[in-house]
Amino acid sequence: MRALIRQLRPAFLAVLVLTLVCGVAYPLLSTLIGQVAFHNKADGSLIKRDGVVVGSKLIGQSFTAPQYFHPRPSAAGAGYDGSASSGSNLGPTNPDFLKSVSDRVAAYRAENGLGADALVPVDAVTASGSGLDPNIAVANARLQTPRVAKARGLDVAVVTKLVDKYTDGRKLWVLGEPGVNVVELNLALDKLAA
Amino acid sequence: MSWQAIVQGLVLIAMLAVAVPPLGKYMAAVYGVRADGSAPGDRFFGPVERFIYRLCRIDHKREQRWNVYALSLVAFSVMSVLFLYALLRLQGSLFFNPTDRQSVSPMGSFNAAISFVTNTNWQWFSGEAAISHLSQMIGFTVQNFVSAAAGMAVVVGLIRGITRKRSRTIGNFWVDLTRTVVRILLPLALVFTVVLISQGAVQNLHGNTTATTIDKTTQVTTQAIPGGPFASQEAIKELGTNGGGPYNANSAHPFENPNPVTNILEIFSLLLIPLSLVSMFGRLVGDRRQARILLAVMVGILMVFTVFTMLAEQNGNPKLTTAGVDQSISTTQSGGNMEGKELRFGAAGCGLFAAPTTGTSTGAVNCMHDSFTPLGGMAPMMHMMLGEISPGGVGVGLVGVLIMALLAVFIAGLMVGRTPEYLGKKIQAAEMKLVAIYILAMPFAMKPFAAASAVLKSANTYQSGPHGLSEILYNFASTANNNGSAFAYQGTGTQWYTTTQGLSMLMGRFLTIIPALAIGGALVRKPKVPATVGTMPTHTALFGFLVAGVAIIVAGLTFFPALALGPILEHFSL
Repeated sequence: MRALIRQLRPAFLAVLVLTLVCGVAYPLLSTLIGQVAFHNKADGSLIKRDGVVVGSKLIGQSFTAPQYFHPRPSAAGAGYDGSASSGSNLGPTNPDFLKSVSDRVAAYRAENGLGADALVPVDAVTASGSGLDPNIAVANARLQTPRVAKARGLDVAVVTKLVDKYTDGRKLWVLGEPGVNVVELNLALDKLAA
Repeated sequence: MSWQAIVQGLVLIAMLAVAVPPLGKYMAAVYGVRADGSAPGDRFFGPVERFIYRLCRIDHKREQRWNVYALSLVAFSVMSVLFLYALLRLQGSLFFNPTDRQSVSPMGSFNAAISFVTNTNWQWFSGEAAISHLSQMIGFTVQNFVSAAAGMAVVVGLIRGITRKRSRTIGNFWVDLTRTVVRILLPLALVFTVVLISQGAVQNLHGNTTATTIDKTTQVTTQAIPGGPFASQEAIKELGTNGGGPYNANSAHPFENPNPVTNILEIFSLLLIPLSLVSMFGRLVGDRRQARILLAVMVGILMVFTVFTMLAEQNGNPKLTTAGVDQSISTTQSGGNMEGKELRFGAAGCGLFAAPTTGTSTGAVNCMHDSFTPLGGMAPMMHMMLGEISPGGVGVGLVGVLIMALLAVFIAGLMVGRTPEYLGKKIQAAEMKLVAIYILAMPFAMKPFAAASAVLKSANTYQSGPHGLSEILYNFASTANNNGSAFAYQGTGTQWYTTTQGLSMLMGRFLTIIPALAIGGALVRKPKVPATVGTMPTHTALFGFLVAGVAIIVAGLTFFPALALGPILEHFSL
């Protein structure tokens, strides 16, 4: 026990000193570098419209009106709550989970005028891990395109072109999966209308 | 799986193959492989270290026996727990709290303090809802560094026990701790932080920014965009195999892991140090073949689990196909079981993260493991139950595999009737008793608690059916192995879980670390016996299979019956 007590003084001092090094100096130096070199990214890749912050390029948000592309279902708070990121964490055989997927499939078909046995892209009926996923699959966007075009009185070809424009391919050819950024795409649609 | 997903895996292997040998060489120098004790960067790091020694009143020239070394580690951990506990209890009244977080409850703080000090980073709470910026910065970020450094000090102490002859001391804990932080973790973390910010990870000092959302017809027309000094925490969270992120969604959150480039870099960085330590081990013992065979065992097991998880998740959930969902791969979608997964990573990019995060003791997740298919979820669970040796957490992973190697030479020695030796040291009864304690510690820290939780009515916070048992098993495997990932549906903020899981983390950490240092202390006194024709070589493929076999049999016998009632049963209900 005496041996332990003898180690307590360096232990106490080491916690304090290393807190200053790793908990104060390191994060503040990182913040300084980040703010100087990548100001917009370090602040959360915010998007402004007419001087007002309307969201972040990286964080999805809720869209329910027919003239917008709809994002994936979200388990973050009431949906896309940026202060409550979360997945559903429901298990693969949970009856509640299976029921909500069936309901979403039916709603998706009705919304987009699909047949009663049309297959629905998996991302359109499953919640993401963060609940803030800004992307949808290209297949999902293609199925929503006619609805959006109709609601806006636009040519389907015009909307399809925008979808292609806001499709992020794989990074460096092989990393990750391609997806359409819903926030950027919907903003571009609004801009088209304005 | 798409061919791109396979190439993505190969890119990861290539990145590690390039980075591991030089880092291993550098770390060997940091821990004193050179005769004169010099190391690269002495002119810069030397004064910094000496300044820290002076402030902490450490006599850096004085070496410690194993028991003093262990006591130093325990004292440091005790102080860290007290500091973190006090910080969390008081955070509501402290400064730099732009999101107005309240102080954490007593049992919640107890659990969280232990969690971060033991390198587990188990989080019963949601980071953005419960923890102030100050606590994230001077509490969690600091422990991400020092708990990792303490783990590395342990393995270095054990290796010195093997390499030194007829000696008494195994180094100085304070020196190893300081040098690890200053020379290895800080430089790597700083570089990685800048890369993460350049890709979109946040690094600022604000609270939430309110955005006015685009679609005015939705129920809520504002959105909180969270801020904070979090890229710097993300970097060390992966490098130190910690895993506790500032956000609830962890590395699935776009601000922690913005795109596929950061995703592969995060996987890379959580494997980097554990693998480099093995390379370092080869240099410290002066026989790099010994390291190569252990690396082969670790990487072999890791690859099996990685490919298995990727395939299981990419194949999707048959119940969804019945419901009219298209889970196939095509040119317009990546498919797979996408519940709990981010589109930018896909099912394959999620499997590629899940195996390394559970094979190391990281526990960061880029997708929600609780929503995996039954077999896809069993893989990370089993990977932890192997004792996290493929390649294991920083430091403690290599300790685990060395323990398996000692057990393997012992079993082989029994078979041929000779005294077992490892790297010139006789392995005798004293060491084997400590090995036995080490191996029993993890199941002991897991199974009684898991069993009690399955019977206690008040502990029923899990989903119904066999999946509920999977949740209990996964979560106690995670705490007992100091992993930190979770089947997160299960509510673990109750009195029962914060207490038992806190104890489970303590036992999983210290009942393994102390016996490991004791083995180092026992071996360091012994002379080196010259290898003879009767010595079993420990750098051959045969020995590699023996080590892997021992690890799998030990875990298999301990955990297979429970797995049969959880994930396997659920699989057959699909």
